[in-house]
Amino acid sequence: MTEWELTPRTVPKSVAHRRREASLRQRALDRESPLRRIDWLLVLGVTGLITIGSLLVWSATRARMESAGLDPQAFLKKHIINAVIGVGLASVAALIDYRSLRAYAPIVYVASCLGLLAVLSPLGSTINGAHSWIVLPAGFQVQPSEFAKVAIVVGLAMLLSETRDGEDTPRDIDVLLALSFCALPMGLIMLQPDLGTTVVIVFIILGVLAVSGAPSRWVIGLLAAGVVAGAVVAPHILSTYQKDRFAAFANPAVDPRGVGYNTRQARTAIGSGGLTGKGLFHGTQTQGRFIPEQQTDFVFTVAGEELGLVGAGAIILLLGLVLWRGLHIASLALDPFGRLVAAGVVCWFAFQSFVNIGMTLGIMPVTGLPLPFLSYGGSAMFANLIAVGLLQNVHMRNSEL
Amino acid sequence: MSTRSGLRLFVLRVLVISVLATLLGRLWYLQVYASARYTKAAQDNRVREVVQPAPRGMIYDSSGRRIVENRTVMVISVNRSIVRAERDGGAGVLARLGGVIGVPAVDIARVITPCGSRYADGKPSRAPDCWNGSPYQPVPVKTYSAEDPRQTQPALRILEHKEDFPGVTAELQPVRYYPDGPLAAHLLGYLGPIRDDERNDPKYAGLTTAKVGRSGVEQTYDDALRGRDGVQQLLVDKDGNVTGVQKSTTPQAGDALVLSLDAGLQRLTEQALARGIANARLRTDRNRGGIHYKAPTGAVVVLEARTGRIAAMASYPSYDPSIFTNGLTAKAFKTLTDPAKGAPLYATATQGTFAPGSTFKIVSTSAAVAGGASLNGYYGCPSVFHVGNRSFHNFEGETFGTIDFRTALIRSCDTVYYKLGYDQWVHDGGTKNTGHAREVFPRMARMFGFGSPSGIDLPSDSSGLITDRKYKLDNWNAMKKDYCAGAKRRPKGSFLQVLDAEACTDGWRYNAGDAVNFAIGQGDVLATPLQLARAYAALANGGTLYAPRVAKALLSADGTRVTPIPPKVQGKLTVSPEVLAYIRSALTGVTQKGGTAALSYAGFPPGLVAGKTGTADVHGKQPTGWFASFAPASNPRYVVVAMLTEAGTGGSVAAPITREIYDGIFGLDGHKALLRGGVLPSRLPVVRADGTIAPPGSHTGRPAPRVVPFRPTPTSSPASALPPFDRPRRTTT
Repeated sequence: MTEWELTPRTVPKSVAHRRREASLRQRALDRESPLRRIDWLLVLGVTGLITIGSLLVWSATRARMESAGLDPQAFLKKHIINAVIGVGLASVAALIDYRSLRAYAPIVYVASCLGLLAVLSPLGSTINGAHSWIVLPAGFQVQPSEFAKVAIVVGLAMLLSETRDGEDTPRDIDVLLALSFCALPMGLIMLQPDLGTTVVIVFIILGVLAVSGAPSRWVIGLLAAGVVAGAVVAPHILSTYQKDRFAAFANPAVDPRGVGYNTRQARTAIGSGGLTGKGLFHGTQTQGRFIPEQQTDFVFTVAGEELGLVGAGAIILLLGLVLWRGLHIASLALDPFGRLVAAGVVCWFAFQSFVNIGMTLGIMPVTGLPLPFLSYGGSAMFANLIAVGLLQNVHMRNSEL
Repeated sequence: MSTRSGLRLFVLRVLVISVLATLLGRLWYLQVYASARYTKAAQDNRVREVVQPAPRGMIYDSSGRRIVENRTVMVISVNRSIVRAERDGGAGVLARLGGVIGVPAVDIARVITPCGSRYADGKPSRAPDCWNGSPYQPVPVKTYSAEDPRQTQPALRILEHKEDFPGVTAELQPVRYYPDGPLAAHLLGYLGPIRDDERNDPKYAGLTTAKVGRSGVEQTYDDALRGRDGVQQLLVDKDGNVTGVQKSTTPQAGDALVLSLDAGLQRLTEQALARGIANARLRTDRNRGGIHYKAPTGAVVVLEARTGRIAAMASYPSYDPSIFTNGLTAKAFKTLTDPAKGAPLYATATQGTFAPGSTFKIVSTSAAVAGGASLNGYYGCPSVFHVGNRSFHNFEGETFGTIDFRTALIRSCDTVYYKLGYDQWVHDGGTKNTGHAREVFPRMARMFGFGSPSGIDLPSDSSGLITDRKYKLDNWNAMKKDYCAGAKRRPKGSFLQVLDAEACTDGWRYNAGDAVNFAIGQGDVLATPLQLARAYAALANGGTLYAPRVAKALLSADGTRVTPIPPKVQGKLTVSPEVLAYIRSALTGVTQKGGTAALSYAGFPPGLVAGKTGTADVHGKQPTGWFASFAPASNPRYVVVAMLTEAGTGGSVAAPITREIYDGIFGLDGHKALLRGGVLPSRLPVVRADGTIAPPGSHTGRPAPRVVPFRPTPTSSPASALPPFDRPRRTTT
């Protein structure tokens, strides 16, 4: 399943019209064809992650589904469908010239904020302890905060890349504008409350701001403000549950059956995997369902246990490949907007991957952030693949002149 | 791109690389460096061991009659970990269960609390009101007979409404059953759970649920009887649901134990002892103002003289071992060990030590001859023998003139032996105590097996006491502080004060009085009835001293293997055959006219039974009556020793008991002969194809079993370094 096989069929009509006279084959091989400009290493990385992720989700759910008398492949199927839809969304995101994205940015932004508002309205519902969902008819659920990340990356890039009067770095007023632009969705996400996503957005802001060339006082100031907020304000606004998670992180022996139980079981799974793992579908911790939410937030433990250091290390290296390509695309981008979009996506993926894997390895607190491309969950998969589409978009157009 | 922007992109790149490196480093730490620890944790997480108990071997008499069987009972057990996981902490389940089985919920909650933790009220849990097994093991709270349909009602209610009783199980379990009730209780022993302090004992390795043998052959042959429990290592998920089997071993039934006993003879022996005790209690003690004899305890040993096998052995009072089957109450245990009630748990025959009195004269005769006295000589039998200012009397002041050993034994003349003992004492060095004297009398006593455990295959085996110069010196060195303190503390002139005062200054001294008393089995001579029986067996069989055996063989459950358990030869008497023959011959006179047991054996075939009476004085108590005998006198096959405490003379109270037993063995006095041909079977019972046991000599058509030598398991073991409960979790099916 490679996402790009599907590209010709999902090409928007306007693009297809332009090249009506050429055959499909000629079009695909044309020097000007987007296919020739795709970053195939990025494709390879993402495809590898999604493939491994599908196996991990399958392994984590099949025994449980089977014992409940349900289709053991149900999660696998839904995961693949999510990935296929995500690839379609990525293709759209890749093929619209990103420079025209600026026109769509406000729409995406407004839609995200409306979605986040809907979560707080009676339409929202709580799943697995997080009040971040809108339940749609026919059993679909949407997590608007995932899409909000896309909106923030694009919006920030747009606001900070507007060069005025020949300046190539944002002024204070641009920074302030950008920050106030982010304030509304962040505030809405904190009200859910979804601390993890909020922190991801903070790091996206920091990264984009830094790469935009904004004055250092802003970058350092924001970093300092973040640290102060974390140290002073957080204990007062965090819920008891969140505080327990941090306490359990600091000292896992506090309550082995309670909050620390998950992380202890996760570490047991990964540690017992050893060098080469116990084999797919043969992890005792995984198949014995000792780790809750394993197909979502703790999916990395399946790899650690069943595929060992080899498999889990390969995931980290594949994530590294994706981030490397993202940084590469950022550095080659022809304009600040493309660069900032790529930098924002890199910060998003890097921080979220680090927090998620660090949580399963016991070096980060439990925050409920999914692992990009691997965790089960449609909204996150869609948002991640749209972000990859944006990276490809920037890559395809970096040498178009 | 601005240079600032490029630089920051570079910083971002470095940050990304360091983040990934951190994750990889931590991953390496968990999966390579610390992997072993997590592998063990994962293993512990998901493997549960389920023990399938092996059926314990049954116990048979020498003819293959069942003495101990297994029966099934309905046991209602509570799994505490499941009950406590209930929303109300299990209160509802325990209340419902209490209503069904008729036990208050509070009591159930206490019984299932692991020992060493805390009860619901916060008080520490203490044995016996707590659970001593694995905390993951269901705790039995009530046992019902599986045979009685009325009794199984509560169990059925629980089984029918399982949803109302989460964590409660009702299942059939094997328990010991004694078809003959208290028969041979002291020999058989009973079963009890493994105590906390034994958890690390290697001989109980891997056992957390099973009961193990306590006392009797159940303890001695516990390892073979127990078999090997089957263990299933089940893979479970986090809710304890079984997802597979990792390893499974099937239970191996324990070996059947064949005893050398004859159940019929054992029953007769116990009845004869009980009747003898009852008769003794009817008699009055004319030396002590006509009060009735108390006769609180007694014992009888019937030994095969030429093999050292126990044919029957009884201790009075006894108990029914089935009271241990459902767990012993503290009150019942107190009764069993109460000295005022004769301590029924105590095996008088092997554990009780008593002065053997005149039965000891076989030793004294052998010793006197060994010391130089003539076997055919004549010795004076005055009514009293003086040593210094002390005088030693004959029983009831009798006097028989000058007599030979034969008459001295038949009439039980003490003064002959006083003088022989005294002369030997003088010859051995008198009061000089260098620790290197010849000690002819004590040495002979040791050769006859006194002063050391009999080596019988039972856990309770007292050594008794033989005193000589060296013992006195060692004992005085150890005890003189106590003696001297007693001499000061006790009222001046009282019996014990005088004794203590003497012991304080002269306790090291082996006095003439000690030697004189020793010669008639009094004073510092103590023996168990079993010790006396094997000494008489040595006399009867020509000088072989056996470590007696209750067990005869172990038969594997499938009948393919047999492990004979032969009595051990512990020593050979260096007494000349001539002397032994003389004594045997002399003892035939004891049961005949003029002998001390003549009245009790009146009308009995003359010369069939040879024996020696004994009436041992005990300070402050009525005398102990003994009769030690063997028969047929000309070609001895059985030794029968009877002993009754505080019961009067041996000839009048102990000898009738032995007569009743000989009646049974040989079919005399109108009794039916209990043993075919008057002998115990020499062959072993055989195992049929269906696992049941057939009498010796039966044809089963199966190949002869393989003979395997007996290897006893060590009884003591070094303490393990492992802390208690540090073993795999187990549950039972």
